Amino acid sequence: MDFLTQPWPWYVAGPLIGLAVPLVYLYAGRKWGVSSTFRDVCAATFPKNLDYFSYSWRDRGSWRLTMAVGLVIGGLIAGLTGPAEVMISEATRADLSALGITDFGGLVPSEIFSWSGLATPAGVVLIVIGGFLVGFGTRYANGCTSGHAISGLSALRVTSFVAVLGFFAGGLIATHLLLPLILGGGS
Amino acid sequence: MAVHTQNPTAETGGSSMATGPERLWPYLLLGIVLGIVFTRSEVVSWFRIQEMFRFQAFHMYGIIGSAVAVGAASVWLIRKLGLRSATHRPMEIPQDEFEAPGYQYWLGGTAFGLGWGLLGACPGPIYVLLGNGVTVMIVAFISALVGVWTYGALRHRLPHS
Repeated sequence: MDFLTQPWPWYVAGPLIGLAVPLVYLYAGRKWGVSSTFRDVCAATFPKNLDYFSYSWRDRGSWRLTMAVGLVIGGLIAGLTGPAEVMISEATRADLSALGITDFGGLVPSEIFSWSGLATPAGVVLIVIGGFLVGFGTRYANGCTSGHAISGLSALRVTSFVAVLGFFAGGLIATHLLLPLILGGGS
Repeated sequence: MAVHTQNPTAETGGSSMATGPERLWPYLLLGIVLGIVFTRSEVVSWFRIQEMFRFQAFHMYGIIGSAVAVGAASVWLIRKLGLRSATHRPMEIPQDEFEAPGYQYWLGGTAFGLGWGLLGACPGPIYVLLGNGVTVMIVAFISALVGVWTYGALRHRLPHS
């Protein structure tokens, strides 16, 4: 049973995640993706006559909203039963230390991704602006890592390939240009 | 019913075939399993995303690559065999016809990537991290909702293909 509580290698996790695509197709023909749940929540709570939110979120979104509840429960179960520390490469640890990150004990650096971290300028940028861009970008591109990178590439879509190139372009800019500005270095 | 429905938005259809209704519990179960997989494989970790964007480990590339390989093989098989869904809803597999990628894929994709690089979490992991007790991710979730709503309000003024 040790296997269940230790970190899983990529060749176990990747195929399991990929299986979500055929499972959802074979059960109900639906295209697997997570980010549309954000649109569903907007449509359910604050549609304000915008045509983008004028659709039956119950019919189109119940399945994925239920899956999102499952994601939270799955995270809770895994969090209670496994190790928190992530064994990243020495090179990454050195780079992040140079940016002033000191707490490597959890899934995320607690000096930024915590309520006290949210009170710092870096916390605001990474959590609030980062979250905004994730939401805005995913709907503008019409998909996220699950909908484009996994479901879309699985169907060999050119548009998904371009979106994934955009994901990486943005991620590289954020990592190599923005983070050094935001986190400074060692201060 | 003589006409075969092609309407992908038909929710229940008028099919006379004996089919089970679409239930929600399988999706709850799928979410729970994926939440555990996402945590154990550490794809929810900001550190892992940083490692990926710094090209310092194969881990994330292996996960995304093998997930796509399994997904692509499955989609190919579903098409090849003409499989139908258990609930007889129509297959919403994106079609083969070439669609020139418009501005939204470049611009939206890059905006998403900027957010992914900063937040270190895409939509699935935002939910999973909440479950893992990183409660401040509720702020990221609300920010993402504001981002989605902003897109909904501005989309007619943004360049699309």
